[in-house]
Amino acid sequence: MRIDHANLLPKLITLLCLFCAQVSAQEVIHEEKSKYRDITVTQQGDRRCLLFNVHRGDRNQTCMLVSNPDELVFDYTRMSFAGLLLNPNPKSVLVIGLGGGSIPMTFSDLFPDARIDVVEVDEAVVRVAEEFFNYRDTENMKVFVDDGRPFIKRAGLRGVTYDFIVLDAFSGDYIPEHMLTREFLQEVKSIMTDESVLVANTFSTSRLYDHESVTYQRVFNEFFNFKLPTSGNRIIITQLEALPPRGELVARARELADSLTKYGVPLNDYPRRLSTRVDWDMSRRELTDQYSPANLLRRN
Amino acid sequence: MSAAKAHGLPKSVIAAMAFVSGFSIMTVEMLGARILSPYFGGSLSVWGSIITIFMLALSVGYLIGGRLSTRHPSPTTYAGFFMVAAITSLPIILFADAIMEPIFLTVVDPRYGSLIASILLFFIPTAILGMISPYSVRLMVESHEHSGHMAGVLFFVSTVGSAIGTLGTSFYFVLWFEVNQILWGAVIALLLAAATILLTQQLFQSRGNHSQGYANRPRKSAS
Repeated sequence: MRIDHANLLPKLITLLCLFCAQVSAQEVIHEEKSKYRDITVTQQGDRRCLLFNVHRGDRNQTCMLVSNPDELVFDYTRMSFAGLLLNPNPKSVLVIGLGGGSIPMTFSDLFPDARIDVVEVDEAVVRVAEEFFNYRDTENMKVFVDDGRPFIKRAGLRGVTYDFIVLDAFSGDYIPEHMLTREFLQEVKSIMTDESVLVANTFSTSRLYDHESVTYQRVFNEFFNFKLPTSGNRIIITQLEALPPRGELVARARELADSLTKYGVPLNDYPRRLSTRVDWDMSRRELTDQYSPANLLRRN
Repeated sequence: MSAAKAHGLPKSVIAAMAFVSGFSIMTVEMLGARILSPYFGGSLSVWGSIITIFMLALSVGYLIGGRLSTRHPSPTTYAGFFMVAAITSLPIILFADAIMEPIFLTVVDPRYGSLIASILLFFIPTAILGMISPYSVRLMVESHEHSGHMAGVLFFVSTVGSAIGTLGTSFYFVLWFEVNQILWGAVIALLLAAATILLTQQLFQSRGNHSQGYANRPRKSAS
């Protein structure tokens, strides 16, 4: 959702009204304050949602249809599976940020034999995911209550690698600045092999878009920039090797599309949306451990 | 207010120095989480470690600084605090990774890892900055009746310095500069403070020689 500044105020007001109307129609079924945030679970008919810091106007983190929990409700969760176009059969998956658990549960369903590690910094989110969103650790899937950065650093030191890495640690309200930096992405690289694909859920608005793009480009040379007109998220998809040509993506999508239908992922639509065109200001400063005021840049 | 005393430092200069120390303490503290997060993450416990160590270091500093002020308080020692604080802050800039990496490798729990790292990186410079507060009070106080007033003025100034250091760092400095550039700024500010103390001491001592009657008047607090 790109907002142009001239129209900002009326749009904001409209959004706010929509938001209020939406909240009032929803029934709050659970509320708790964790170490990091206020967690709210709402239900409206069949649709159950997880919200963080609802009083400060955050949008839904994740939603689930109670009658059809397999279906991925949000564009950005569906978009994360575009990474399968680069590696269609991951044996090991790392997901940073549990939320309602829809991304790891879909992986577990798709690839029952794959090892899936999930890292979530907030133990309350783990509890809520288990109680309200059907998340369960399985033999092959385990959630670790830890910060993503030291978890990845340690994995790298132990020589552990993952075939599919999802970075989804960025709630709308606060961005963990230490997970946007060049040094962090280099640590992520250390747990990747030539087979691995990295999928990062990032921001498509504000100055941060430029800074993030510059940083990913410096570390990975090139990446697929994946945006949908219906989503405020931008998904970065990349790998260590050169990116595959579009023809290959289209072919892969055709092979895989059927297996993803039940989750609501329109994989065949995705290849033409994966762009390598530079649409950011390349003169922006790269984010490093020395310079990463992400939360301030987002407000500018 | 700014009359020179026997030791040669006007009150306004002492107050300015208290401001600089309060400012530097909070500037470094606010950067603490940023320095530790690559190794120990950005969780609440990391902030907890940093704040705990700063509080402990300051409390020890207050005790030692107060003790040191009872014997021959002198601007030279006072300037020395600033200089030593600047020098002991240098490892934060120069060796942070070398210090944190072995801790990260040996201590798995990020709570204790960040606590140990905070001790090694921040304890000594912060304790030394803590010594400045009671020592400033001693240099500024001329009589028992005034001691509470002077302490109040100094706490006011140094806490305003802390507030501005906190706000400046978290709102603006991190947007304009790199972490190490800000730390160098704090080190240079401390060194300039030391130089200012020594220079004003020289200046006012030589002036004080011409007005001995005033400078050496009997003081009620003389021990």
